[in-house]
Amino acid sequence: MEYLEFELPIKELEDQLQKCKIIGEESEVDVTETCQQIEKKLAAAQKDIYKNLTAWQRVQLSRHPERPYTLDHIRAICGDSFLELHGDRSFKDDKAMIGGLGKIGDQSFMFIGQQKGFNTKTRQYRNFGMANPEGYRKALRLMKSAEKFGIPVVTLLDTPGAYPGLEAEERGQGEAIARNILEMTRLKVPVITIVIGEGASGGALGIGVGDRVLMLENTWYSVISPESCSSILWRSWEYKEQAAEALKLTAVDMKKLKLVDDIIKEPLGGAHRDRDKTFKAVSDAIVKSYETLKNLSPEDLVSQRMEKYANMGVYKG
Amino acid sequence: MSWFKRKTAGITTTTEEKKDTPKGLWYKSPTGKIVDTEELEKNFYVSPEDGYHVRIGSKEYFEILFDDNKFKELDKNLESKDPLKFEDTKKYPERLKVAQDKTKLKDAVRTAVGKSKGKDLVVACMDFAFIGGSMGSVVGEKIARAADYSLKNNIPLMVISKSGGARMMEAALSLMQLAKTSVKLAQLSDAKIPYISLCTDPTTGGTTASFAMLGDINISEPGALIGFAGPRIVRDTTGKELPEGFQTSEFLLEHGFLDFITLRKDLKDKVNQYIDLITNQPLRS
Repeated sequence: MEYLEFELPIKELEDQLQKCKIIGEESEVDVTETCQQIEKKLAAAQKDIYKNLTAWQRVQLSRHPERPYTLDHIRAICGDSFLELHGDRSFKDDKAMIGGLGKIGDQSFMFIGQQKGFNTKTRQYRNFGMANPEGYRKALRLMKSAEKFGIPVVTLLDTPGAYPGLEAEERGQGEAIARNILEMTRLKVPVITIVIGEGASGGALGIGVGDRVLMLENTWYSVISPESCSSILWRSWEYKEQAAEALKLTAVDMKKLKLVDDIIKEPLGGAHRDRDKTFKAVSDAIVKSYETLKNLSPEDLVSQRMEKYANMGVYKG
Repeated sequence: MSWFKRKTAGITTTTEEKKDTPKGLWYKSPTGKIVDTEELEKNFYVSPEDGYHVRIGSKEYFEILFDDNKFKELDKNLESKDPLKFEDTKKYPERLKVAQDKTKLKDAVRTAVGKSKGKDLVVACMDFAFIGGSMGSVVGEKIARAADYSLKNNIPLMVISKSGGARMMEAALSLMQLAKTSVKLAQLSDAKIPYISLCTDPTTGGTTASFAMLGDINISEPGALIGFAGPRIVRDTTGKELPEGFQTSEFLLEHGFLDFITLRKDLKDKVNQYIDLITNQPLRS
């Protein structure tokens, strides 16, 4: 288990508890009471730390190296029913954007999401979850295919941003994202969107226009990463904590601003601490959301979605 | 013999008597050409020396597009609020105040309806001078309402983009303006009302990732910077030297993302020619 800096007090207590148990097993000394005391302290420390997470700490948790990624979720939720589909039919198959069909219970869903890697090699293979234009076009192809057959769409958002590369610009990164956003506003099947990690700007929104938009508890969603915001507005990378606070990018803030619909609770300490529990929570949230949408006519679905996005914004006059 | 002889030491001319060059009499283009500003105005703000298209704002574009500079401005009094209580080195309301005082504008876009070559046209034009033409709630709402006006009255819509992207001080609210404006453009498209996107120097970030790239035609002026990620970010991320002309309008035309590039003097004609052709109406001369 990897620990973040702010989790070190917890790690220390966990190590102590481990040692205490070993002593108990290997010697005659009665450690029950000592162990209990450490456990108490540990529970208090966990509560203290995880119940009062700052915005920046949540950003760190959203990027935790052991956090479950898109394919982990889909494989856990759909099991063997998942069939991955590839390619944008015009340029190539973007490994940073995955998609495919799978079942939850009796219902088929089209799953789409950005995919990160879990070690150096796979991180490069997945381009760190930063899709190119062909990734967005692949996503749109799958959404249109789902629309054609009346299959609901589930998008899982986890990206530090769309890839800002030379070739990405040549192939129209802006156009690809813009096209997806527009087409998603009028897609005639239910769209359920869940931020499972990082929701960075247009790169996230490019597959993120949904009837129901949910965020896992320790994720972030904003127009820019706290680091980039710090470098632009403060002209230094040092102010990322302040930037994270200022951007109001946590799930709680986003719900307060009515930009997302609901929050999915994570196990104490983050999604990676109990992956199965996380997968179950995500699966339940998809089913629950789908229940509220499945009986709407395509016209009602689209007009409600359009209405929702048309109302976003705060101004005077 | 010395040819220069000052009779009394020091400068004796009083400040009032000094012959000052009034500000704004000359314009210097990036290639170093000096142009008389009056000349510039007469030439659609294009340098007659080197064809450089000077960055202009809504005031100038309205003047270029609307007959006799006559138009009705829409939603004139919409202003930004500070929903996030955003503060970096400055508070957001202070930034707004400074921008308003400096530019005499309410926010980074103005929308209007008027006659262009005798027929109604709705124009939304961004102003780069206002916090880098950044798109926050007001920009999103005004463009959405302009599209609504087009929809209700069956008038073609033209959006002139000139923006660094979404406004950071409104964070995710700015981001959602991409979706909001796209909703309206989808409705416009379903109603088969022409939408023309003019990308001017510069059009980057969230603007490119929404309405700027969604026109029935996307057009531009010569030499404009258009892209999703800014050139500095692309260079820093990839570590590659950027090719000559990267992300210029000519580059986008070549890669298939623009329908054509027009000189500013031909803009009004070209836009109306397209509208007449696509709506199958007689061409206006």
